[in-house]
Amino acid sequence: MTSNLIVYLIAIPLFSSALLLLTGRKSNNWGHLLGTLASASSFGVGAYLFTQMLAQPTEERALTQKLFSWISVGSFNVDASLLLDQLSICFVLLITGVGTLIHIYSISYMSHDLDRRRFFAYLNLFIAAMLLLVLGDSYLNLYLGWEGVGLASYLLIGFWNQKPTYATAAKKAFVMNRVGDLGLSLAIMIAFASMGTASFAGIKAAAPHASTATLTAIGIMLLLAAAGKSAQFPLQAWLGDAMAGPTPVSALIHAATMVTAGVYLITRSNFIFDAAPTAQLLVVIVGAVTLLFGAVVGTAKDDIKKALAASTMSQIGYMILGAGLGPVGYAFAIMHLLTHGFFKAGMFLGAGSVMHGMNDEVNLRKFGALRKFMPITFITFGLGYLAIIGVPPFAGFYSKDMIIETAFNAGGIKGILLGSAALFGAALTAFYMSRVMILTFTGEKRWDDEAHPHESPMLMWLPMAILAIGSVASGFLFTRGDALVNWLEPVVAPGEHAEHAELLAPIVVSALALTMVLIGISIAVLMYVRRPVANVAPENVSALTRIVRQDLLQDAANEAIFMRPGQALTNTLVVVDEMVIDGAVRGVGAIAIGSGSELRKSQTGYVRSYAALILVGAAAIVLGIWVITQ
Amino acid sequence: MNSANYLYLSALLFTIGAVGVVIRRNAIVVFMCVELMLNAANLSLVTFSRINGNLDGQIVAFFTMVVAACEVVVGLAIIVTIYRSRRSASVDDANLLKR
Repeated sequence: MTSNLIVYLIAIPLFSSALLLLTGRKSNNWGHLLGTLASASSFGVGAYLFTQMLAQPTEERALTQKLFSWISVGSFNVDASLLLDQLSICFVLLITGVGTLIHIYSISYMSHDLDRRRFFAYLNLFIAAMLLLVLGDSYLNLYLGWEGVGLASYLLIGFWNQKPTYATAAKKAFVMNRVGDLGLSLAIMIAFASMGTASFAGIKAAAPHASTATLTAIGIMLLLAAAGKSAQFPLQAWLGDAMAGPTPVSALIHAATMVTAGVYLITRSNFIFDAAPTAQLLVVIVGAVTLLFGAVVGTAKDDIKKALAASTMSQIGYMILGAGLGPVGYAFAIMHLLTHGFFKAGMFLGAGSVMHGMNDEVNLRKFGALRKFMPITFITFGLGYLAIIGVPPFAGFYSKDMIIETAFNAGGIKGILLGSAALFGAALTAFYMSRVMILTFTGEKRWDDEAHPHESPMLMWLPMAILAIGSVASGFLFTRGDALVNWLEPVVAPGEHAEHAELLAPIVVSALALTMVLIGISIAVLMYVRRPVANVAPENVSALTRIVRQDLLQDAANEAIFMRPGQALTNTLVVVDEMVIDGAVRGVGAIAIGSGSELRKSQTGYVRSYAALILVGAAAIVLGIWVITQ
Repeated sequence: MNSANYLYLSALLFTIGAVGVVIRRNAIVVFMCVELMLNAANLSLVTFSRINGNLDGQIVAFFTMVVAACEVVVGLAIIVTIYRSRRSASVDDANLLKR
């Protein structure tokens, strides 16, 4: 079925963004309102299309819209087409819905910023690019959105680029994303070369005839792309620094939407991964490693936003793990993605609210006892907290349990390892989130005298409250009658799905997970409630803590493995350039100059010498002709 | 009479002219030597015309004379001008056009 409305999803925020950027200061007074309105209209269009889809029978729900013929060279054709199917609509509603709430929040949060209009222009640009990413019907269209969200992310991380460290953080995110983007472009090129198409439908049709090696290559390249965009191991180092951006940006881009693009990419490419077991195995390994990595990093972060960022990395690790488990896992990965979109965005907004009330303080050790001063923030953040650690009946319980259960049932040693990693991750999650919660809201007050904590205005707490409702109810709604699984089935698991032998019954997994959560919470309580908390990070800590505080040496590793050899290579190339290439150029010049100055001496200015030379030259030519013709 | 003798004479005259241009300093003498070379060439042309039995060489000889006449006018004017400004008719004194 076709629909002419899909393009408006993208066009409205894109137009608003262009208008806000082009009109400049003239729109300072109403720019934020236009930006919010654009995002809300986009959500309205999305909701309308959703109702249209609901009215159709399952197999006819996917809507398409051809915009124009983008590239047409000989037999190689790419259309700029949009595809709104069961998978895209989930993202469309998440992006525009959470996006609109965060726009509303930002009106108040950024009200003292001189550049608020520009901020909203970038947010709209992000919404448009992200929608293009999830609505493209081919990898090329997706790539356009992929680069667009990278740009918006760069602009927003570096929004306060008057601080050099923030500008550096933006650059770091951009450069690390480029590594991933390289993977995506290589995947597209391999697909073109081997199958002659880049559209999802075309590759899906061609995949069964392609060799496993080709599909594995495409899969690994797609995984690289997903790792770059979703801050997965080994390209995870940029996410922590990305917290330099304003908090609404962290909530929208670096928690709810953009960083989940990698999960979307893998789920969308299910026909490739299902046919390439090696690539799929790498996906689960990356997911499992990252979920533990992020959780471990999160345990030692004193910066509230960076703790949440580490948690985001870890939760996306869960999603990647789920997506790597094949047809049974995709729907759970998307479910966790959606519930995570609610509770993590809500918690980031809560963190923003805390910072708003505490003079932009981010150090957990300088908070404490904020429960009494910010009751609404406490409650909304608390609901998000219960959701993320997976306490029933909050959202995270349903989605995370499903992934842990699927991991256990993956079969053999692999299943036990992955399941244990996911379970251990759940305990760590409970620990570091309880730590954030305890240090921020309970205990003694540890803030400086000039801080005057106060509750945020309604424009800020209302989005938090709505997201908190989502954190409470979404998991239940998605799982009721397997609603989301059935909804996504035509996209991610067409045909029969193989039933795995259950290693552990669902109830056992849930009990295990809850036990782990309880252990995590208990340790946090023992460490941070029973013992006084210093308002500066203690120095006499174990070597392990020191390493964890430095993000498990991720920056040091990147420096040692990539930066130093890269710089050495660059320096070598500079020397080669100066000595060999510049040397050759300068040598040619020197030869010309030297021979010129020597030849110049023959120009005596005496007519007679010129005449003699002409005579000799003419005689030589005549002699030469005579010799040759003889 | 053998036509080759004219060519020998022509070559002799040309050589005298060329040597004169190279070794004499006086601009007027150099100039006359140039004329001598031109006329040596004319003699060759006329001789070839006779050997080949057509008039081409003679026509070219007329062209040479016309060009020589023009060249005399311009050349003498230059020599007189240089003499006026430098009080010298030596070609070696007019050596500013170097380096």
